[in-house]
Amino acid sequence: MFTQSGTSACYHRRKNPAANGFLAAVLVVSLTFAAPFLAADQKGNAADKDKKSAPAHQLSKAFKGKLPITELSEEQAMIHALNRLAFGPRPGDVERIRALGLEKWIQQQLKPESIDDSALAKRLERYSTLAMSTSQLMDEFPNPVLEAAKRGVTPEEYRRQMEEQRREQVRSAIQQNPELAAEARRARQGGGENPNAQAMRMELMNEKTPRRVTGELSAAKLTRAIYSERQLQEVMADFWFNHFNVFAPKGPVNYMLPSYERDVIRRHALGKFGDLLSATAKSPAMLFYLDNWQSADPEAFAKIENELLQRRQRFLSRFGADPRMSGGLDRRGRLGQRGSFGNMPDPNYPGRRQGVGQDPNRPGGFGQGQPGQPQQQRQRRGLNENYARELMELHTLGVDGGYTQQDVIEVARAFTGWTLRAPRRDPEFHFEDRIHASGSFTVLGKKIDARGMKAGEQILDMLVAHPNTAKFISTKIARRFVSDTPPAALVDRMAKEFLETHGDIPAVLEAMIYSPEFWSREAYRSKVKKPFELVASAARALGADVSAPIAMVLWTGRIGEPLYLCQPPTGYSDKAETWVNTGALLNRLNYAMELSANHMRGARVDIASLLGAENTADAKKALDRAVQIFLAGQVSAETRATLEKQLTDPSRIAGQAALDDSMKSVDAGMIAGLVLGSPEFQRR
Amino acid sequence: MNITRRYFLKSSGVAMVGLSAMPSFLTRAVLASPLPAGGKRKILVVLFQRGAMDGLNAVIPYGESDYYRLRPTIAIPQPRPGRGDQQTAIDLDGFFALHPSLALLEPLFKQKQLAIVHAAGSPDTTRSHFDAQDYMESGTPGRKSTEDGWLNRALQTEKVEAATPFRAVAMGTNLPRALKGAAPAVALPDVRQFQMMAASPMVEGGFEAVYAQTVDKALRGTGTETFEAIDMLRKANPQRYQPENGATYPQGRFGQNLLQVAQLIKANIGLEVAFLDSGGWDHHVNEGAVQGQLSNLLRDLGQGLAAFHRDLGDRMADIVLVTMSEFGRTAAENGTRGTDHGHANCMFVMGGDVNGGKVHGKWPGLGAGQLYEGRDLALTTDFRTVLSELLARHMGHAALSTVFPGFSVNSKEFLGVLKA
Repeated sequence: MFTQSGTSACYHRRKNPAANGFLAAVLVVSLTFAAPFLAADQKGNAADKDKKSAPAHQLSKAFKGKLPITELSEEQAMIHALNRLAFGPRPGDVERIRALGLEKWIQQQLKPESIDDSALAKRLERYSTLAMSTSQLMDEFPNPVLEAAKRGVTPEEYRRQMEEQRREQVRSAIQQNPELAAEARRARQGGGENPNAQAMRMELMNEKTPRRVTGELSAAKLTRAIYSERQLQEVMADFWFNHFNVFAPKGPVNYMLPSYERDVIRRHALGKFGDLLSATAKSPAMLFYLDNWQSADPEAFAKIENELLQRRQRFLSRFGADPRMSGGLDRRGRLGQRGSFGNMPDPNYPGRRQGVGQDPNRPGGFGQGQPGQPQQQRQRRGLNENYARELMELHTLGVDGGYTQQDVIEVARAFTGWTLRAPRRDPEFHFEDRIHASGSFTVLGKKIDARGMKAGEQILDMLVAHPNTAKFISTKIARRFVSDTPPAALVDRMAKEFLETHGDIPAVLEAMIYSPEFWSREAYRSKVKKPFELVASAARALGADVSAPIAMVLWTGRIGEPLYLCQPPTGYSDKAETWVNTGALLNRLNYAMELSANHMRGARVDIASLLGAENTADAKKALDRAVQIFLAGQVSAETRATLEKQLTDPSRIAGQAALDDSMKSVDAGMIAGLVLGSPEFQRR
Repeated sequence: MNITRRYFLKSSGVAMVGLSAMPSFLTRAVLASPLPAGGKRKILVVLFQRGAMDGLNAVIPYGESDYYRLRPTIAIPQPRPGRGDQQTAIDLDGFFALHPSLALLEPLFKQKQLAIVHAAGSPDTTRSHFDAQDYMESGTPGRKSTEDGWLNRALQTEKVEAATPFRAVAMGTNLPRALKGAAPAVALPDVRQFQMMAASPMVEGGFEAVYAQTVDKALRGTGTETFEAIDMLRKANPQRYQPENGATYPQGRFGQNLLQVAQLIKANIGLEVAFLDSGGWDHHVNEGAVQGQLSNLLRDLGQGLAAFHRDLGDRMADIVLVTMSEFGRTAAENGTRGTDHGHANCMFVMGGDVNGGKVHGKWPGLGAGQLYEGRDLALTTDFRTVLSELLARHMGHAALSTVFPGFSVNSKEFLGVLKA
């Protein structure tokens, strides 16, 4: 797994930003901004100054169609759309939208299948794991502990063999390409955790280990964010994955991720919310991550156990031998293995941090208790509330959605039997009636009349149709697209649409996009980019050619959002305060500089030609051009003046020249890096 | 009760404005007090165990037969004197015992450097990790509208003139809820890498200037803190650090973070409050008993705290470390040999000021009629009572009602977790 730097962001559910005292600054009051820091942000914004004096913008019908844009200029509206409905502008995007018309562009984005994306497909060809099934991935990239057992060696010995093989691969790679050694040395100089060094190791390995799966998936995710023409689809895929978060390192979840993202998240990202919810409920990744595959009705389970016990006794009395010895049960006498209960959950792969069968503490199964343990000897299965709770708290109703602890228990009972055939051998969804709770369930005051698997389905339908779900999902979408504290009127409009269309995601998005709040000046550049959004948008802004994005994936983690590694089911926060920190900020600046200076492994940028040869001889001109390209000219007067002063300050230039004699003309990469690291570029 | 000299000076209204009118020996004292080079500074280290640690298997009430009845497969066997085989619990006081993976904490408990508070936690009834963590970090259980964290408010109430950017540090890329708020606090993923990668002074200077003047207030504040921190850390030169006294920290992020907190303390750069967290405590399935998932995490915890104590040696006299987790877990094991979300938990308190060697608090019992909502360990100590005592007696903070609004505790109600 990748270096996991910064793991706590996702734990903190943020509340409204502080209404800071400086709001009292009288001149700001008239602007009535929602977020206080924004007020200041906009105060000095040159572009805003003329807005204040100018009347509402009159944009042409051909450009905006029915979009209710009145407060933003044409330029701003396009930048806004590209920042919110896409991962930021690339060179030339603004011109393309201007030619096409903004409304047309948005309508295309809402129907992704209408957009040709073959160039992206070409870039993704190299990631062979993306199209594989979960069991294929398990076969190709085996878990080291399992594989060691298969080969009859200890896990340590197996790891040693793998390490030897890896070294051999690196040696031969360096032999074929001697420059690699020098490059590796350079990469190492940045310290032990240098993403370049790590990325290089991963590239050289081409390894058959499980982390290849998440590695390729992460690389593909970033590649799509940067290059897909279906940008809204990508934004929503990111959004829904985060909403229905699962954590790669938990047990075999990493193998389940490609299918989860492909067949569940991406497939329904712009479809019906109910389909999406139902697909997650049946997905092996979610069933494993939130433990539902293990949840069983205690009575039903005891019944099975008794049957098994009786069968064993019959067997013993008839043949006088223990069936364990003769294959009736598996060697370790576990319940529900290959024998007659082959459909039972496989208790052997409980979770992360634990090797297969390495828990010496686990009772061996039949008749084997734990030393020193009184009473009950057997492994018993029972109810697990984890999924039921998160289904309501995080996936549908929201934490204040009006459910009780009793509802959690009832839902958990209804979902008993929603399990997996066997998480590692046969990782498919399966409804196991024999561990399902019998009887009826009452959820949110309503009696569920369906039985068996239908009971769970009926609960899902009920949750999708619940007004609190409509409100919770609409709020979350509005928070992603409009503001950390979305206006209530907007959310209400979206929630209404959600209810009327039975959770049609594009309809809800349309309701939002065709609302004036979406195009308001308060919303403009009010969101702080998440690390993933920053990493992708910088690469897009520079028109970078990213051939191997692993280093950039690792940077995403360094800035605070390691991909597929958010442990709690909340997913990552979508609020500014989570992402604005010293440690994260420093890494944002370092990332901008590394990328612009062409120090990023697997990515190439050509800043000089981007800025134009005629501009790179003069710092001031280069800066103007960089601000124009990367920020569409939208920069505060303060930032602009400070940068210019820094870049033209004779004492600083002298210091710089002393470091680098060849520096006669300006350093275009540095200028680009400073602009991409500026406060303005941290927002979208 | 020890109202520290520093506390006296800070709270007696001797602000910088009045300096000229003061006798010179006092001026010196005031100027020196926030940052005495190598001098005594009280430090609080807060460890948040995210996911809800199973406190009943960390500090085991082995004297309760109900414990064994409720946990048929995951209970830790009773202590057996003389058995050092890591298969049984380690007796503390004839009733409670440590999980064998916490063996390294036993000597600290015996030396009275470590105290435990059992049946403690947040009084709110939520069993949502996310709400419960939020409540615990905001310090206002049940109230969602609180904007800042308790630790930040503690810093706000005790203004320190010329505080350094390292006065409050959270180990990690992102600032935790407990430290959010008006008082500056630094999020530090790794002290060895807290620097600009580009060698050019123009880059650092350029960014520093841009962030110093930006009208984006949120980013300006963070920018200023970032560049001050870079500068101080450069001077402290943390690149070569060796733990002292043969301390060995556990592998992994948690151990590394503890080590770096020790490093920052020794660098004398004004650290007063440090926050770190560890994750993965949410064991719904196959929690394990003597060995297994919980055991692995506890081993890291025990080794980490023991290493920290050893590494800091005599400096522990000025340091208190406290642990907390959002709630406890069900008294009974669930149907998948794990535990579900419960209520009260235990807290560890370690340091020189600690009244150690004791399990504090009132034990509510695990009998059928004693459990909270018939399933969880009942709560007898509000976590804010423990934290209030640490803030008042160790840190010398007076304004507890600001730190924990709506919660009143008077010093008579303190448990005596610290030496009187």
